[in-house]
Amino acid sequence: MGMTLSEKILARASGKESVKPGDVVDAKVDLAMSHEACCFVITAFEKMGAKKVWDKDKMVIILDHWVPSSDVRSASLHKTIREFVKEQGIDNFLDVGRGGIAHQILAEGGWVLPGMLVVGTDSHTPTAGALGAFATGIGFTEMAAVFALGELWMRVPENVKVVVNGPLGNRMDGKDIILKIVGDFKVEGAIYKAVEYAGSTIDSIGMSHRLAICNMTTEMGAKTGIIAPDDKTKEYLAWTGKEYEPIVSDEDAVYQEERTFDVTDLEPQVACPPNVDNVKGVGELKNVKIHQSFLGSCTNGRIEDLRAAAEILKGEKVHKDVRMIVMPASQSIYMQAMEEGLFDIFLESNATICAPSCGPCFGGHGGLLAAGEACISSTNRNFVARMGSPGSFVYLASPWTVAASALYGEITDPRSV
Amino acid sequence: METTFSGKVWKFGDNINTDDITPSPYLTIQSPEELAKHVLENENPDFPKNVQKGDILVAGKNFGCGSSREHAPVALKAAGVALIVAKSFARIFFRNAINVGISVLESDELLDAVEEGEMIKVNLEKGEIETSSGNIIKTNPLPENVLGILEAGGLVEKVKMILGERG
Repeated sequence: MGMTLSEKILARASGKESVKPGDVVDAKVDLAMSHEACCFVITAFEKMGAKKVWDKDKMVIILDHWVPSSDVRSASLHKTIREFVKEQGIDNFLDVGRGGIAHQILAEGGWVLPGMLVVGTDSHTPTAGALGAFATGIGFTEMAAVFALGELWMRVPENVKVVVNGPLGNRMDGKDIILKIVGDFKVEGAIYKAVEYAGSTIDSIGMSHRLAICNMTTEMGAKTGIIAPDDKTKEYLAWTGKEYEPIVSDEDAVYQEERTFDVTDLEPQVACPPNVDNVKGVGELKNVKIHQSFLGSCTNGRIEDLRAAAEILKGEKVHKDVRMIVMPASQSIYMQAMEEGLFDIFLESNATICAPSCGPCFGGHGGLLAAGEACISSTNRNFVARMGSPGSFVYLASPWTVAASALYGEITDPRSV
Repeated sequence: METTFSGKVWKFGDNINTDDITPSPYLTIQSPEELAKHVLENENPDFPKNVQKGDILVAGKNFGCGSSREHAPVALKAAGVALIVAKSFARIFFRNAINVGISVLESDELLDAVEEGEMIKVNLEKGEIETSSGNIIKTNPLPENVLGILEAGGLVEKVKMILGERG
């Protein structure tokens, strides 16, 4: 019986010929990522009596949630982490101004290669699945175990295949695809599972779309989202000069479930509060006023996303009752956007540009909402109180829809602008 | 390791996420006792004020979904919650709960079979829950490796043991 891509990676990582769903394996980790959570990991690491991390070259620590530090408490977390990485001699540490949002850095920085087992102290770690890695989020204590031992127990997940076919329409994004899928599966529809994406749409779209899709696979409860490496992966990683074996699923691999989506006539999708699976076509949302428009995050803060928004905002002004916040997902995207002249477009349209951070997306700092306010956002969660007050509202959409809505002060179909 | 529980029920619905359990303004807090003061406050403001040691949380589908923040089970534990029985758990929360030493059981039936405030008894090894009326509800016992972590006293203790063996 054949294995899926996910099963092959877990078999290799646990030194086995083959694995099947339900097997519990001790898997060796190829890359461990932590952000501010590292502070809590350190506490557990010390309680374990561990002295030295297992392999400093297989770790990346990236500060991204409260950057630049938002208050004294977050500054203290950062300080603890800085001291730890210095003491442990961890060179792969990206402080303020050197990196950006961790999931974006793992992808653009060449940290992740196809076939790797990647763990991170963040639920959106599956973003890296877009590069053909098995990437999953873990807790603080578990990461401390990884820091100490380099391995972690895992239950081999059942596999779900999601086939996406059809051409992606004008001013549509991977975000629209994944919102459609999450709306269909619902937030508990893929708990514990590995979701593998395939089909003509997936084959044709670029890495930016793929990263958005894998990123939000988390929102249906999945352990990971993964896309087999292909020519687009090769092209994306070419600059690194790194070699990898392009592992793909066997023809006779077993999937517990397969669902097919046709995106030919898909309209822009919007996830309405208070859950990510409350997804509607933009056409259903009439007269939904917004007070803030946020473009950024690990889901949609890439250069392609900024270009999309700039195309809509060029020569226009953000609606008088809306404040628009643009936050490139990394330092390098920030620089590229500036060089391409996108900042001129944003600034002239009255949008504000902030440094890379997770801040507003998780309700941390920088762009929070008051009670009664609504935000259209390119981020990944719209839970109650997600971006501020429990009385505020978050609508999730593509960068195109976020920018178009900023112009009109209400949720707007970007194809009509 | 504690395998029998007796406690008062607090009921919650489907898809209680970790933002609900520990809202973002508290994520930089390191003290479990401080976190406990705010646990589930947006969902049920009475909960952090009145929850008592040994209380049992009974919830619907996908409990603990969303962010991987381990503050969530840490806060629940510090608030006194010993056991959570849900229709299903989000995977990271499930693992985090066990690692910090909260027991977790899956039951499709319990939420609809008990009232808020009812006293119930749970036998973890047998996977059995007894309601106040004496009704017995069967659940799936925890997987062996998970019980192993709980028996060691959590993941910290388990790793300590492994490191000790390695010298």
